[in-house]
Amino acid sequence: MHEMSLCESIIQIIEEEARQHGFARVQAVHLEIGALAGVEIPAMEFSFDVVRRGTVAEDARLVIHTIPGTAWCMGCDSNVEVRERLQACPKCGSWRLQVTGGEDLRIRHLEVDDRAHDEANSGMEHEQTKQHTAGS
Amino acid sequence: MVQVERAILSKNDALARENRGWLRRRGVWALNLVSSPGAGKTTLLVETLKHLQAQDVPVAVIEGDQETANDAERIRQTGAPAVQVNTGKGCHLDAHMVGHALERLEMPAGALLFIENVGNLVCPAAFDLGEARRVVILSVTEGDDKPQKYPDMFAGADLMIISKMDLLEHVDFDVARCIALARQVNPGLQVMGLSARNGHGMEQWLAWLQAQRSAWLLDGAGLPEDALRVEHSPQHGEPSATTAQQAAE
Repeated sequence: MHEMSLCESIIQIIEEEARQHGFARVQAVHLEIGALAGVEIPAMEFSFDVVRRGTVAEDARLVIHTIPGTAWCMGCDSNVEVRERLQACPKCGSWRLQVTGGEDLRIRHLEVDDRAHDEANSGMEHEQTKQHTAGS
Repeated sequence: MVQVERAILSKNDALARENRGWLRRRGVWALNLVSSPGAGKTTLLVETLKHLQAQDVPVAVIEGDQETANDAERIRQTGAPAVQVNTGKGCHLDAHMVGHALERLEMPAGALLFIENVGNLVCPAAFDLGEARRVVILSVTEGDDKPQKYPDMFAGADLMIISKMDLLEHVDFDVARCIALARQVNPGLQVMGLSARNGHGMEQWLAWLQAQRSAWLLDGAGLPEDALRVEHSPQHGEPSATTAQQAAE
């Protein structure tokens, strides 16, 4: 169940982004999960449901984009798609495959509540104006 | 919409780079030992520590477990400095926990550090701790198809030790099949058989440790220290997560 730690990391990253971009609510979290990244998607969904409580992502949907696994086959010298780490080349049947993609776990983007975003932004602008006035 | 485009494990990976830099500056060569529960990690470790200490090699241990400190006690009885990390509900060590353990561990410079991960063939695979080498231990009392069932762990390892070899004649464990499956996942995987109970294979294992450690110590020898500190800010000795991340990008 390292999916729980992964979801905790996701929440940390979202909260950093929230501070940086000034949004208060996330509507959806888009993840890219490689087919060979060793992650169980139902476990990911379950864990996310637990860790999002009381955070800016409290009501967020989790949208998972699965990235296919790819490998370079030393047998037939070509790039092929693979479903798992231990399989033969779908073209030539060789086992000499070197994984080249589909191992990544990434947060692609967030759908955020624009209203909160604007309010936060105008708040920041307001701060800046005040500072500017005080300085002049 | 906010574009993020960040790796979920970027924080762990940045902390692992800090650990790696910290260890490098102290000349400490670190191993991450992974296996399922009961594969004999602690027994192998205890025997290994006795041999290394008899040869005056400085050693230290970080012991990861969900609950008890029993294993760390067994380790300390050999005289090796050991720190226990209880992960609680966590099923693996991460770079953050190891970073804190390094602060607590009283370890001589140039030590050989063993990090015994939580017994689990799934979750520890994803977490770089900052180690120099990863060793997976598989006992003959488990199935010979473990590399097929848990490929991620074998894909990320440098060495596979087949342990409890003294029990081989009593079990249906096909060594050749196990090695073939593991090398299908990881063609460059080194393999050795070992019995901590009767000592067979121990010499080969100790020789591997010494050779790998010597090669690591030589790597970068004669270069100014700064040349090996790419992941740290130039003005300050202490690593920072931001510069580590930037360096990687």
